[in-house]
Amino acid sequence: MSSRKIRVLIAKPGLDGHDRGAKVVARALRDAGMEVVYTGLRQTPEMIAESALQEDVDIVGISILSGAHMALVPRILDLLKENQQENVKVFVGGIIPDEDIAKLKNLGVAGVYGPGTLTTQIVLDLRNILQE
Amino acid sequence: MQSKDNNSIDKTEASRISEKIINGDRLILARIITQIENETPLGFSVLEEIYSETGKAQLIGITGAPGTGKSTLVNQLAAYYREPEDGISKSVAIVAVDPTSPFSGGAILGDRVRMRSLSGDPGVFIRSMASRGSLGGIAATTSAIVLALDAAGYERIIIETVGAGQAEVDIANLAHTTIVVESPGMGDDIQAIKAGILEIADIIVINKADKPGADITERALLSSLQINLKNQNDPNRYQHMNNGLIDDHSKIEYGEIRIPSVIKTVATTGEGIASLHKIIEEHYTYLVNSCELSQKEKKRISFELDVLLRDKLLSNWKRKTKKELYDEIFQKTLTRDISPWKAVDQLVDGEKR
Repeated sequence: MSSRKIRVLIAKPGLDGHDRGAKVVARALRDAGMEVVYTGLRQTPEMIAESALQEDVDIVGISILSGAHMALVPRILDLLKENQQENVKVFVGGIIPDEDIAKLKNLGVAGVYGPGTLTTQIVLDLRNILQE
Repeated sequence: MQSKDNNSIDKTEASRISEKIINGDRLILARIITQIENETPLGFSVLEEIYSETGKAQLIGITGAPGTGKSTLVNQLAAYYREPEDGISKSVAIVAVDPTSPFSGGAILGDRVRMRSLSGDPGVFIRSMASRGSLGGIAATTSAIVLALDAAGYERIIIETVGAGQAEVDIANLAHTTIVVESPGMGDDIQAIKAGILEIADIIVINKADKPGADITERALLSSLQINLKNQNDPNRYQHMNNGLIDDHSKIEYGEIRIPSVIKTVATTGEGIASLHKIIEEHYTYLVNSCELSQKEKKRISFELDVLLRDKLLSNWKRKTKKELYDEIFQKTLTRDISPWKAVDQLVDGEKR
Protein backbone atom coordinates (compact mmCIF):
# COMPACT_ATOMS: atom_id res chain seq x y z
CA MET A 1 0.00 0.00 0.00
CA SER A 2 1.56 3.28 -1.08
CA SER A 3 1.91 6.02 1.50
CA ARG A 4 0.33 9.36 0.81
CA LYS A 5 2.89 11.68 -0.69
CA ILE A 6 2.57 15.43 -0.75
CA ARG A 7 2.57 16.67 -4.32
CA VAL A 8 3.85 20.16 -4.99
CA LEU A 9 3.98 22.25 -8.14
CA ILE A 10 6.85 24.74 -8.40
CA ALA A 11 6.43 27.27 -11.16
CA LYS A 12 7.99 30.47 -12.39
CA PRO A 13 5.46 32.70 -14.10
CA GLY A 14 6.22 35.59 -16.38
CA LEU A 15 9.49 36.58 -17.94
CA ASP A 16 11.68 36.21 -14.86
CA GLY A 17 14.64 34.01 -15.70
CA HIS A 18 16.21 33.52 -12.26
CA ASP A 19 15.41 30.00 -11.23
CA ARG A 20 18.09 29.12 -8.71
CA GLY A 21 15.78 29.80 -5.75
CA ALA A 22 12.98 27.75 -7.23
CA LYS A 23 15.35 24.86 -7.80
CA VAL A 24 16.73 25.08 -4.27
CA VAL A 25 13.23 24.93 -2.84
CA ALA A 26 12.27 22.08 -5.18
CA ARG A 27 15.24 20.05 -4.02
CA ALA A 28 14.55 20.80 -0.37
CA LEU A 29 10.99 19.61 -0.73
CA ARG A 30 12.19 16.46 -2.48
CA ASP A 31 14.61 15.86 0.38
CA ALA A 32 11.67 16.21 2.74
CA GLY A 33 9.92 13.35 0.92
CA MET A 34 7.59 15.33 -1.32
CA GLU A 35 6.94 14.78 -5.00
CA VAL A 36 7.72 18.04 -6.77
CA VAL A 37 6.48 18.77 -10.26
CA TYR A 38 8.85 21.41 -11.55
CA THR A 39 7.55 23.27 -14.56
CA GLY A 40 10.42 25.59 -15.34
CA LEU A 41 10.43 29.11 -16.65
CA ARG A 42 8.06 31.39 -18.54
CA GLN A 43 4.85 29.88 -17.36
CA THR A 44 1.61 31.75 -17.83
CA PRO A 45 -0.95 31.70 -15.02
CA GLU A 46 -3.10 29.54 -17.30
CA MET A 47 -0.29 27.01 -17.73
CA ILE A 48 0.29 26.91 -13.99
CA ALA A 49 -3.39 26.31 -13.24
CA GLU A 50 -3.59 23.64 -15.90
CA SER A 51 -0.54 21.84 -14.52
CA ALA A 52 -1.93 22.06 -10.99
CA LEU A 53 -5.14 20.41 -12.20
CA GLN A 54 -3.61 17.61 -14.22
CA GLU A 55 -1.06 16.81 -11.55
CA ASP A 56 -3.64 17.07 -8.73
CA VAL A 57 -1.15 18.82 -6.50
CA ASP A 58 -1.70 19.73 -2.86
CA ILE A 59 0.45 22.84 -3.01
CA VAL A 60 1.53 25.36 -5.62
CA GLY A 61 4.75 27.30 -5.08
CA ILE A 62 5.25 30.38 -7.21
CA SER A 63 8.64 32.02 -7.58
CA ILE A 64 8.72 35.64 -8.76
CA LEU A 65 11.73 37.93 -8.72
CA SER A 66 10.49 40.32 -11.37
CA GLY A 67 8.16 42.40 -9.22
CA ALA A 68 5.09 41.30 -11.13
CA HIS A 69 3.65 39.35 -8.24
CA MET A 70 0.62 41.55 -7.66
CA ALA A 71 -0.45 40.99 -11.25
CA LEU A 72 0.40 37.30 -11.49
CA VAL A 73 -0.50 35.80 -8.12
CA PRO A 74 -4.13 36.98 -7.97
CA ARG A 75 -4.66 35.69 -11.49
CA ILE A 76 -3.30 32.28 -10.52
CA LEU A 77 -5.49 32.16 -7.43
CA ASP A 78 -8.54 33.02 -9.54
CA LEU A 79 -7.78 30.31 -12.05
CA LEU A 80 -7.31 27.72 -9.32
CA LYS A 81 -10.71 28.64 -7.96
CA GLU A 82 -12.25 28.45 -11.45
CA ASN A 83 -10.87 24.94 -11.74
CA GLN A 84 -12.39 23.96 -8.39
CA GLN A 85 -8.96 23.79 -6.84
CA GLU A 86 -9.49 26.44 -4.18
CA ASN A 87 -8.25 23.91 -1.58
CA VAL A 88 -4.80 23.91 -3.11
CA LYS A 89 -2.43 25.86 -0.86
CA VAL A 90 -0.33 28.50 -2.55
CA PHE A 91 2.99 29.88 -1.36
CA VAL A 92 5.10 32.55 -2.96
CA GLY A 93 8.84 33.04 -3.00
CA GLY A 94 11.19 35.58 -4.50
CA ILE A 95 11.39 39.33 -4.14
CA ILE A 96 8.23 40.54 -2.44
CA PRO A 97 8.19 43.95 -0.72
CA ASP A 98 6.93 43.89 2.87
CA GLU A 99 3.83 45.92 2.10
CA ASP A 100 2.74 43.33 -0.46
CA ILE A 101 3.15 40.36 1.86
CA ALA A 102 0.02 41.24 3.82
CA LYS A 103 -1.91 41.86 0.61
CA LEU A 104 -0.95 38.46 -0.72
CA LYS A 105 -1.91 36.77 2.50
CA ASN A 106 -5.27 38.48 2.40
CA LEU A 107 -5.81 37.01 -1.01
CA GLY A 108 -5.28 33.58 0.45
CA VAL A 109 -1.57 32.97 -0.05
CA ALA A 110 -0.45 30.66 2.74
CA GLY A 111 3.13 31.85 3.01
CA VAL A 112 5.53 34.34 1.49
CA TYR A 113 9.22 33.47 1.61
CA GLY A 114 11.82 36.03 0.66
CA PRO A 115 15.58 35.68 0.28
CA GLY A 116 17.28 34.15 3.31
CA THR A 117 14.34 31.93 4.23
CA LEU A 118 15.49 28.60 5.54
CA THR A 119 14.15 25.77 3.46
CA THR A 120 13.47 23.89 6.70
CA GLN A 121 11.01 26.65 7.57
CA ILE A 122 9.18 26.20 4.30
CA VAL A 123 8.99 22.41 4.79
CA LEU A 124 7.66 22.84 8.32
CA ASP A 125 5.09 25.40 7.26
CA LEU A 126 3.87 23.33 4.34
CA ARG A 127 3.44 20.26 6.51
CA ASN A 128 1.50 22.30 9.07
CA ILE A 129 -0.70 23.90 6.46
CA LEU A 130 -1.73 20.55 5.09
CA GLN A 131 -2.60 19.22 8.54
CA GLU A 132 -5.27 21.86 8.99
CA MET B 1 -22.02 -6.03 7.74
CA GLN B 2 -19.97 -2.93 7.73
CA SER B 3 -17.59 -3.89 4.96
CA LYS B 4 -20.48 -4.80 2.72
CA ASP B 5 -22.02 -1.38 3.26
CA ASN B 6 -18.76 0.29 2.40
CA ASN B 7 -18.59 -1.74 -0.77
CA SER B 8 -22.05 -0.71 -1.89
CA ILE B 9 -21.36 2.95 -1.14
CA ASP B 10 -18.11 2.69 -2.99
CA LYS B 11 -19.78 1.09 -5.95
CA THR B 12 -22.32 3.89 -6.37
CA GLU B 13 -19.71 6.56 -5.93
CA ALA B 14 -17.35 4.63 -8.17
CA SER B 15 -19.99 4.43 -10.93
CA ARG B 16 -20.67 8.12 -10.66
CA ILE B 17 -17.00 8.90 -10.87
CA SER B 18 -16.28 6.56 -13.76
CA GLU B 19 -19.12 8.06 -15.75
CA LYS B 20 -17.59 11.50 -15.26
CA ILE B 21 -14.19 10.24 -16.33
CA ILE B 22 -15.58 8.61 -19.46
CA ASN B 23 -17.42 11.85 -20.24
CA GLY B 24 -14.24 13.90 -20.11
CA ASP B 25 -14.14 15.49 -16.65
CA ARG B 26 -10.44 16.27 -16.30
CA LEU B 27 -10.51 17.34 -12.67
CA ILE B 28 -12.14 14.08 -11.59
CA LEU B 29 -9.72 12.16 -13.79
CA ALA B 30 -6.75 13.85 -12.14
CA ARG B 31 -8.11 13.16 -8.67
CA ILE B 32 -8.85 9.52 -9.40
CA ILE B 33 -5.37 9.09 -10.79
CA THR B 34 -4.14 10.14 -7.35
CA GLN B 35 -6.45 7.58 -5.71
CA ILE B 36 -5.21 4.88 -8.05
CA GLU B 37 -1.60 5.84 -7.45
CA ASN B 38 -2.16 5.58 -3.70
CA GLU B 39 -3.95 2.23 -4.13
CA THR B 40 -7.01 3.34 -2.18
CA PRO B 41 -10.27 1.33 -2.08
CA LEU B 42 -11.95 4.08 -4.11
CA GLY B 43 -9.21 3.88 -6.71
CA PHE B 44 -9.69 0.13 -7.05
CA SER B 45 -13.48 0.49 -7.22
CA VAL B 46 -13.23 2.99 -10.05
CA LEU B 47 -10.74 0.80 -11.90
CA GLU B 48 -13.27 -2.01 -11.62
CA GLU B 49 -15.98 0.20 -13.15
CA ILE B 50 -13.91 1.57 -16.02
CA TYR B 51 -12.10 -1.61 -16.97
CA SER B 52 -14.62 -2.55 -19.65
CA GLU B 53 -14.04 0.86 -21.29
CA THR B 54 -10.32 0.28 -21.68
CA GLY B 55 -8.35 -1.34 -24.48
CA LYS B 56 -9.07 1.43 -27.00
CA ALA B 57 -5.94 3.50 -26.69
CA GLN B 58 -2.69 2.87 -28.48
CA LEU B 59 0.15 2.69 -25.97
CA ILE B 60 3.59 3.96 -26.86
CA GLY B 61 6.46 3.37 -24.45
CA ILE B 62 9.58 5.51 -24.61
CA THR B 63 12.71 4.59 -22.73
CA GLY B 64 16.38 5.43 -22.92
CA ALA B 65 19.27 6.68 -20.85
CA PRO B 66 19.11 10.10 -19.22
CA GLY B 67 20.40 12.81 -21.53
CA THR B 68 19.14 11.27 -24.75
CA GLY B 69 16.39 13.88 -25.07
CA LYS B 70 13.40 11.65 -24.32
CA SER B 71 11.18 14.40 -22.92
CA THR B 72 11.81 16.74 -25.83
CA LEU B 73 11.09 13.87 -28.19
CA VAL B 74 7.84 13.05 -26.37
CA ASN B 75 6.82 16.70 -26.58
CA GLN B 76 7.44 16.83 -30.31
CA LEU B 77 5.75 13.53 -30.95
CA ALA B 78 2.67 14.48 -28.95
CA ALA B 79 2.49 17.84 -30.73
CA TYR B 80 2.72 16.07 -34.06
CA TYR B 81 -0.07 13.66 -33.10
CA ARG B 82 -2.19 16.73 -32.43
CA GLU B 83 -1.41 18.24 -35.82
CA PRO B 84 -0.15 15.61 -38.24
CA GLU B 85 0.71 16.61 -41.78
CA ASP B 86 -1.67 14.08 -43.14
CA GLY B 87 -3.98 12.09 -41.00
CA ILE B 88 -6.39 12.91 -38.27
CA SER B 89 -5.51 14.68 -35.04
CA LYS B 90 -5.42 12.32 -32.07
CA SER B 91 -5.86 13.13 -28.40
CA VAL B 92 -2.74 12.35 -26.41
CA ALA B 93 -2.02 11.52 -22.80
CA ILE B 94 1.51 11.43 -21.45
CA VAL B 95 2.62 9.63 -18.32
CA ALA B 96 6.16 10.67 -17.39
CA VAL B 97 7.91 8.62 -14.73
CA ASP B 98 10.90 9.97 -12.81
CA PRO B 99 12.90 8.22 -10.09
CA THR B 100 12.04 8.50 -6.41
CA SER B 101 15.01 9.28 -4.19
CA PRO B 102 15.79 6.13 -2.22
CA PHE B 103 16.94 8.29 0.71
CA SER B 104 14.10 10.74 1.15
CA GLY B 105 11.24 9.07 -0.67
CA GLY B 106 10.68 12.32 -2.56
CA ALA B 107 11.17 13.11 -6.21
CA ILE B 108 11.68 15.89 -8.70
CA LEU B 109 9.31 15.36 -11.59
CA GLY B 110 10.79 17.57 -14.24
CA ASP B 111 9.44 16.30 -17.53
CA ARG B 112 6.91 19.10 -17.91
CA VAL B 113 9.79 21.51 -18.38
CA ARG B 114 10.17 20.19 -21.91
CA MET B 115 6.47 20.21 -22.69
CA ARG B 116 5.53 23.89 -22.72
CA SER B 117 4.24 23.83 -26.26
CA LEU B 118 1.54 21.32 -25.38
CA SER B 119 0.06 23.62 -22.79
CA GLY B 120 -3.47 24.91 -23.28
CA ASP B 121 -4.41 22.08 -25.62
CA PRO B 122 -7.50 20.35 -24.21
CA GLY B 123 -6.64 17.26 -26.23
CA VAL B 124 -3.47 16.68 -24.20
CA PHE B 125 -3.19 15.42 -20.62
CA ILE B 126 0.17 15.19 -18.91
CA ARG B 127 0.73 13.42 -15.63
CA SER B 128 4.05 13.07 -13.86
CA MET B 129 4.69 10.09 -11.61
CA ALA B 130 7.45 9.12 -9.24
CA SER B 131 8.69 5.56 -9.41
CA ARG B 132 8.14 5.14 -5.63
CA GLY B 133 10.69 2.42 -5.19
CA SER B 134 9.84 0.42 -8.28
CA LEU B 135 13.07 -0.91 -9.75
CA GLY B 136 11.99 -1.03 -13.35
CA GLY B 137 11.36 1.99 -15.52
CA ILE B 138 7.76 2.46 -14.50
CA ALA B 139 5.96 2.69 -11.20
CA ALA B 140 3.83 -0.13 -9.81
CA THR B 141 0.65 1.77 -10.55
CA THR B 142 1.61 3.12 -13.97
CA SER B 143 -0.37 0.51 -15.86
CA ALA B 144 -3.46 1.21 -13.76
CA ILE B 145 -3.13 4.93 -14.42
CA VAL B 146 -2.81 4.21 -18.12
CA LEU B 147 -6.14 2.36 -17.86
CA ALA B 148 -7.80 5.48 -16.44
CA LEU B 149 -6.45 7.63 -19.26
CA ASP B 150 -7.58 5.00 -21.76
CA ALA B 151 -11.11 5.01 -20.35
CA ALA B 152 -11.09 8.81 -20.42
CA GLY B 153 -10.74 8.57 -24.18
CA TYR B 154 -7.15 9.56 -24.92
CA GLU B 155 -6.34 7.86 -28.21
CA ARG B 156 -2.58 7.75 -27.85
CA ILE B 157 -0.92 7.28 -24.49
CA ILE B 158 2.81 7.87 -24.31
CA ILE B 159 4.58 6.42 -21.30
CA GLU B 160 7.97 7.97 -20.76
CA THR B 161 10.10 5.98 -18.38
CA VAL B 162 13.14 6.37 -16.24
CA GLY B 163 16.05 5.11 -18.26
CA ALA B 164 17.07 2.49 -15.76
CA GLY B 165 18.42 -0.97 -16.47
CA GLN B 166 15.22 -2.99 -16.64
CA ALA B 167 13.13 -0.23 -18.13
CA GLU B 168 12.98 -1.83 -21.55
CA VAL B 169 11.47 -5.02 -20.18
CA ASP B 170 8.91 -3.28 -18.01
CA ILE B 171 7.76 -0.96 -20.74
CA ALA B 172 7.58 -3.72 -23.33
CA ASN B 173 5.15 -5.55 -21.07
CA LEU B 174 2.86 -2.55 -21.01
CA ALA B 175 3.15 -0.71 -24.33
CA HIS B 176 2.10 -1.76 -27.82
CA THR B 177 5.09 -0.01 -29.35
CA THR B 178 8.35 0.20 -27.44
CA ILE B 179 10.76 2.91 -28.47
CA VAL B 180 14.32 3.04 -27.20
CA VAL B 181 16.05 6.39 -27.53
CA GLU B 182 19.80 6.50 -28.05
CA SER B 183 22.03 9.44 -28.67
CA PRO B 184 25.46 9.67 -30.32
CA GLY B 185 28.61 9.45 -28.30
CA MET B 186 27.22 7.59 -25.30
CA GLY B 187 29.24 4.39 -25.53
CA ASP B 188 27.18 3.33 -28.48
CA ASP B 189 29.15 0.41 -29.73
CA ILE B 190 28.43 -1.33 -26.45
CA GLN B 191 24.83 -0.18 -26.38
CA ALA B 192 24.32 -1.38 -29.88
CA ILE B 193 24.99 -4.95 -28.91
CA LYS B 194 23.05 -4.80 -25.68
CA ALA B 195 20.68 -7.70 -26.08
CA GLY B 196 17.82 -6.12 -24.16
CA ILE B 197 17.35 -3.28 -26.61
CA LEU B 198 17.53 -5.29 -29.77
CA GLU B 199 15.06 -7.90 -28.64
CA ILE B 200 12.60 -5.58 -27.02
CA ALA B 201 12.66 -2.35 -29.00
CA ASP B 202 10.20 -2.01 -31.81
CA ILE B 203 11.79 1.26 -32.85
CA ILE B 204 15.24 2.59 -32.04
CA VAL B 205 15.52 6.36 -32.24
CA ILE B 206 18.89 8.02 -32.55
CA ASN B 207 18.07 11.45 -31.18
CA LYS B 208 20.39 14.45 -31.26
CA ALA B 209 21.31 13.20 -34.70
CA ASP B 210 22.89 16.56 -35.46
CA LYS B 211 25.73 15.64 -33.09
CA PRO B 212 28.90 14.08 -34.50
CA GLY B 213 28.91 10.33 -34.42
CA ALA B 214 25.25 9.90 -35.31
CA ASP B 215 26.11 8.04 -38.50
CA ILE B 216 28.50 5.75 -36.66
CA THR B 217 25.83 4.98 -34.08
CA GLU B 218 23.35 4.24 -36.81
CA ARG B 219 25.77 1.93 -38.60
CA ALA B 220 26.63 0.10 -35.38
CA LEU B 221 22.97 -0.50 -34.58
CA LEU B 222 22.13 -1.63 -38.09
CA SER B 223 25.02 -4.06 -38.18
CA SER B 224 23.96 -5.55 -34.85
CA LEU B 225 20.51 -6.00 -36.26
CA GLN B 226 22.02 -7.62 -39.36
CA ILE B 227 23.48 -10.31 -37.12
CA ASN B 228 20.01 -11.06 -35.85
CA LEU B 229 18.66 -10.76 -39.37
CA LYS B 230 20.54 -13.93 -40.32
CA ASN B 231 17.82 -15.95 -38.60
CA GLN B 232 15.07 -13.75 -39.92
CA ASN B 233 13.18 -16.47 -41.70
CA ASP B 234 13.59 -19.01 -38.97
CA PRO B 235 10.21 -19.64 -37.34
CA ASN B 236 12.04 -20.54 -34.13
CA ARG B 237 13.45 -17.05 -33.98
CA TYR B 238 9.92 -15.73 -34.03
CA GLN B 239 9.01 -18.08 -31.29
CA HIS B 240 11.97 -16.89 -29.26
CA MET B 241 10.87 -13.28 -29.52
CA ASN B 242 7.50 -14.22 -28.11
CA ASN B 243 9.00 -16.31 -25.33
CA GLY B 244 7.28 -19.46 -26.41
CA LEU B 245 3.72 -18.26 -26.11
CA ILE B 246 2.83 -19.60 -29.53
CA ASP B 247 0.78 -22.72 -29.22
CA ASP B 248 0.49 -25.44 -31.82
CA HIS B 249 -2.80 -24.18 -33.16
CA SER B 250 -1.82 -20.56 -33.71
CA LYS B 251 -2.16 -19.18 -37.20
CA ILE B 252 0.91 -17.00 -37.39
CA GLU B 253 2.19 -16.09 -40.81
CA TYR B 254 5.94 -16.35 -40.93
CA GLY B 255 6.15 -14.40 -44.17
CA GLU B 256 7.38 -11.04 -43.01
CA ILE B 257 9.01 -10.89 -39.63
CA ARG B 258 9.44 -7.39 -38.36
CA ILE B 259 12.81 -6.21 -37.11
CA PRO B 260 13.24 -2.97 -35.19
CA SER B 261 13.30 0.21 -37.24
CA VAL B 262 16.19 2.57 -36.71
CA ILE B 263 15.49 6.25 -37.24
CA LYS B 264 17.40 9.47 -36.68
CA THR B 265 15.76 12.51 -35.13
CA VAL B 266 16.63 15.94 -33.86
CA ALA B 267 13.88 16.47 -31.33
CA THR B 268 14.71 20.11 -30.69
CA THR B 269 14.01 21.03 -34.31
CA GLY B 270 11.38 18.40 -35.07
CA GLU B 271 13.49 16.73 -37.72
CA GLY B 272 12.49 13.09 -38.19
CA ILE B 273 9.34 13.35 -36.08
CA ALA B 274 6.98 12.94 -39.01
CA SER B 275 8.80 9.74 -40.01
CA LEU B 276 8.74 8.48 -36.43
CA HIS B 277 4.99 9.09 -36.29
CA LYS B 278 4.53 7.13 -39.50
CA ILE B 279 6.60 4.19 -38.27
CA ILE B 280 4.71 4.04 -34.98
CA GLU B 281 1.37 3.98 -36.76
CA GLU B 282 2.62 1.36 -39.19
CA HIS B 283 3.85 -0.76 -36.31
CA TYR B 284 0.46 -0.74 -34.67
CA THR B 285 -1.19 -1.75 -37.95
CA TYR B 286 1.31 -4.59 -38.20
CA LEU B 287 0.47 -5.74 -34.68
CA VAL B 288 -3.21 -5.78 -35.51
CA ASN B 289 -2.78 -7.61 -38.81
CA SER B 290 -0.40 -10.24 -37.50
CA CYS B 291 -1.37 -12.09 -34.34
CA GLU B 292 1.09 -10.12 -32.28
CA LEU B 293 -1.37 -7.75 -30.68
CA SER B 294 -3.42 -10.51 -29.14
CA GLN B 295 -0.26 -12.41 -28.17
CA LYS B 296 1.05 -9.30 -26.43
CA GLU B 297 -2.23 -8.84 -24.65
CA LYS B 298 -2.26 -12.45 -23.44
CA LYS B 299 1.30 -12.13 -22.23
CA ARG B 300 0.53 -8.88 -20.46
CA ILE B 301 -2.53 -10.22 -18.67
CA SER B 302 -0.67 -13.39 -17.73
CA PHE B 303 2.16 -11.34 -16.26
CA GLU B 304 -0.19 -8.97 -14.46
CA LEU B 305 -2.21 -11.79 -12.92
CA ASP B 306 1.00 -13.50 -11.75
CA VAL B 307 2.14 -10.34 -9.99
CA LEU B 308 -1.21 -9.75 -8.35
CA LEU B 309 -1.59 -13.42 -7.39
CA ARG B 310 1.84 -13.45 -5.83
CA ASP B 311 1.00 -10.39 -3.75
CA LYS B 312 -2.42 -11.60 -2.68
CA LEU B 313 -1.38 -15.17 -1.89
CA LEU B 314 1.53 -13.93 0.17
CA SER B 315 -0.53 -11.48 2.16
CA ASN B 316 -3.31 -14.05 2.70
CA TRP B 317 -0.76 -16.59 3.84
CA LYS B 318 0.87 -14.12 6.22
CA ARG B 319 -2.50 -13.32 7.74
CA LYS B 320 -3.33 -16.97 8.31
CA THR B 321 0.06 -18.07 9.63
CA LYS B 322 0.81 -17.95 13.32
CA LYS B 323 3.53 -15.48 14.11
CA GLU B 324 5.15 -17.91 16.56
CA LEU B 325 5.55 -20.54 13.88
CA TYR B 326 7.07 -18.04 11.50
CA ASP B 327 9.42 -16.69 14.16
CA GLU B 328 10.51 -20.20 15.15
CA ILE B 329 11.39 -21.17 11.61
CA PHE B 330 12.91 -17.76 10.93
CA GLN B 331 15.19 -18.26 13.93
CA LYS B 332 16.27 -21.68 12.73
CA THR B 333 17.20 -20.19 9.39
CA LEU B 334 19.11 -17.37 11.08
CA THR B 335 21.18 -19.80 13.15
CA ARG B 336 21.71 -21.86 9.99
CA ASP B 337 19.97 -24.93 11.39
CA ILE B 338 17.94 -25.12 8.25
CA SER B 339 18.32 -23.57 4.83
CA PRO B 340 15.88 -20.93 3.55
CA TRP B 341 14.49 -23.50 1.09
CA LYS B 342 13.80 -25.96 3.87
CA ALA B 343 12.32 -23.12 5.90
CA VAL B 344 9.83 -22.32 3.19
CA ASP B 345 8.97 -26.02 2.74
CA GLN B 346 8.20 -26.19 6.44
CA LEU B 347 6.23 -22.97 6.46
CA VAL B 348 4.18 -23.73 3.40
CA ASP B 349 3.84 -27.51 3.41
CA GLY B 350 4.09 -28.01 7.14
CA GLU B 351 6.85 -30.56 6.69
CA LYS B 352 8.74 -31.44 9.76
CA ARG B 353 12.12 -33.13 9.53
